[in-house]
Amino acid sequence: MSAEDQDQEQTPVAAAPRRGDGADLSVYHGVWVFVELERGKVHPVSWELLGEGRKLATHLGVPLSGVVLGPDQPATQEACDHAFEYGADSVYLMRGPVLTDYRTDPYTAGLTDLVNTFKPEIMLLGASTLGRDLAGALATTLATGLTADCTELRIDDETRSLAATRPTFGGSLLCTIHTLEYRPQMATVRPRVMAMPDRVPGKRGQIIEHQPKMPEEDVITKILSFIPDSDAEKAQLAYADIVVAGGRGLGKPENFKLVQDLAAVLGGDYGGSRPVTHAGWISADRQIGQTGKTIRPKLYIAAGISGAIQHRVGVEGADVIIAINSDPNAPIFDFATFGIVGDALQILPALTEALQERLAARKAAQ
Amino acid sequence: MHIVVCIKQVPDSAQIRVHPVTNTIMRQGVPTIINPYDLFSLEEALRLRDQLGGKVTVITMGPKMAIEALKKCISYGADDAILLTDKVFAGSDTLATSFALASTIAKIGETTPVDMVFCGKQTIDGDTAQVGPGIARRLHMQQLTYVAQVEKVDLDKGEIVVHRRSEGGVQVLATKLPCLVTMLEGSNVMRYGSMDDLFRAARYEVAEWDHKAAGITVTAQCGLKGSPTVVKKVFAPPARAVKAEMIKTEGKTPREVADALLTSVFAKHPKLEMEIGQ
Repeated sequence: MSAEDQDQEQTPVAAAPRRGDGADLSVYHGVWVFVELERGKVHPVSWELLGEGRKLATHLGVPLSGVVLGPDQPATQEACDHAFEYGADSVYLMRGPVLTDYRTDPYTAGLTDLVNTFKPEIMLLGASTLGRDLAGALATTLATGLTADCTELRIDDETRSLAATRPTFGGSLLCTIHTLEYRPQMATVRPRVMAMPDRVPGKRGQIIEHQPKMPEEDVITKILSFIPDSDAEKAQLAYADIVVAGGRGLGKPENFKLVQDLAAVLGGDYGGSRPVTHAGWISADRQIGQTGKTIRPKLYIAAGISGAIQHRVGVEGADVIIAINSDPNAPIFDFATFGIVGDALQILPALTEALQERLAARKAAQ
Repeated sequence: MHIVVCIKQVPDSAQIRVHPVTNTIMRQGVPTIINPYDLFSLEEALRLRDQLGGKVTVITMGPKMAIEALKKCISYGADDAILLTDKVFAGSDTLATSFALASTIAKIGETTPVDMVFCGKQTIDGDTAQVGPGIARRLHMQQLTYVAQVEKVDLDKGEIVVHRRSEGGVQVLATKLPCLVTMLEGSNVMRYGSMDDLFRAARYEVAEWDHKAAGITVTAQCGLKGSPTVVKKVFAPPARAVKAEMIKTEGKTPREVADALLTSVFAKHPKLEMEIGQ
């Protein structure tokens, strides 16, 4: 293969036009939100994005659309209905057996086709495991700009472009990124970063249906089975009202039980810092922070977590943060609401005990 | 079996602190490390090579100082390392980065065909998780992200079965080689390199490739020129106005500290008391 051919080969075939090539970018019109439907359920981040997309669409004076890909089943229709209720003016729908479960190729091909046919100027996706897998593949296929994990989205009036702000260097800095010469402008947002919009029950709009073109025989990756998480493993961390988390300061994995005990008494969920998830003390989907989950609980208790910036980014949305750390200079005390300088191994069980007694007293009084 | 592992040298973000007064980041003395997520992919690649034979080539795009990170990979047991370094790559966003790395992998494959590519799930500095999928698309490889376990690789049939983390469970996926895998954190533990590898790393001469060596003749897709995204503003996050209310611990038992904390918390946030234990 010659070098020329090779360059050709690296160039995606479905690349969208760009201004530098003399293309008219103004034909790209409207704000799209990818509605993440998996095994009959829509990830709530899609509704959070419709809320954010509404603001952008209103500012631009363009329609807001949901994009639903899925099997030919009632849940897919339901996802469309809900998209209208959370704010979409219209829904682009693509359904078929090839889209029954998420796989990179048919979803990327389907979305690429929709984008190149209907030409949205902005495309938002959730930064979930599915959304990140898909967004990276789609942006490369379209050869356009993609900004990951945005914490703020607005329209720059001067250029009419999307100003996407995101944390970088583990959250030590924020940067605002634009895609000026290419369309669509793509961005992902992590679950829980944006607020959930109000739902308007019964609101409906136009559905524009488009057929998937990729036949099943062209899909190389096959799903052999799906192993659902047991209830005990199911981390609803991002959406929990109360979260207790532990870090390296707990010393060893066995001590994590103290965190779980406190979480159980509080009726909350538990998680951990990056070092303890990397060390395998708890499962990867329980990691809290910039590289893990963003949480916005009413109460967050961090035990033995120093509070590096990358952790802070993931928990700043909490209403109340209680920090327990033996190091009085730990950065966690810079953003906690309440702090205790002390040994988490002693404070955690004491706190569990004190709460148990308060709860028993409350029950007795009722 | 030829496996290429893409790594990145990054500043250790756990050690970056924001100056409490000036609200600027303090980067002096922050050490660089191999992106921690890359190590899970490197370890998995090394295991597969140990099992099935073949070799592991580690590549990175970056400044000369990244040689240090590549040598570290050799000390863990990687067979070869290539540094892609050229000023035409400066200012690359994820799209341009995936172009440069995909070109490099294609070039490497001209000598020894590449069966698998491993990338970190994401980096701890850029945090985008976009480069892996970008490389897979460009090389027309099947893309397997967030892999918790490589169940089996059948080289004769060119097949692979993996467990992929998805929302609410694990997808068991079967696909064809060549493919690109990003490993989930905690899926394995990086080995200690052998003494032999340690010595080999000390002597190892990392190959340095410029864009021509990587087979790139047209540089329009490289660096700033090849990057659709434009960084318009960089700024420090706003500082918190209110400092933590510290609970006194002197001369108190842990239980007394716990009670003092709850009293303070519920006094200021009375609604919270009704939320707990629900």
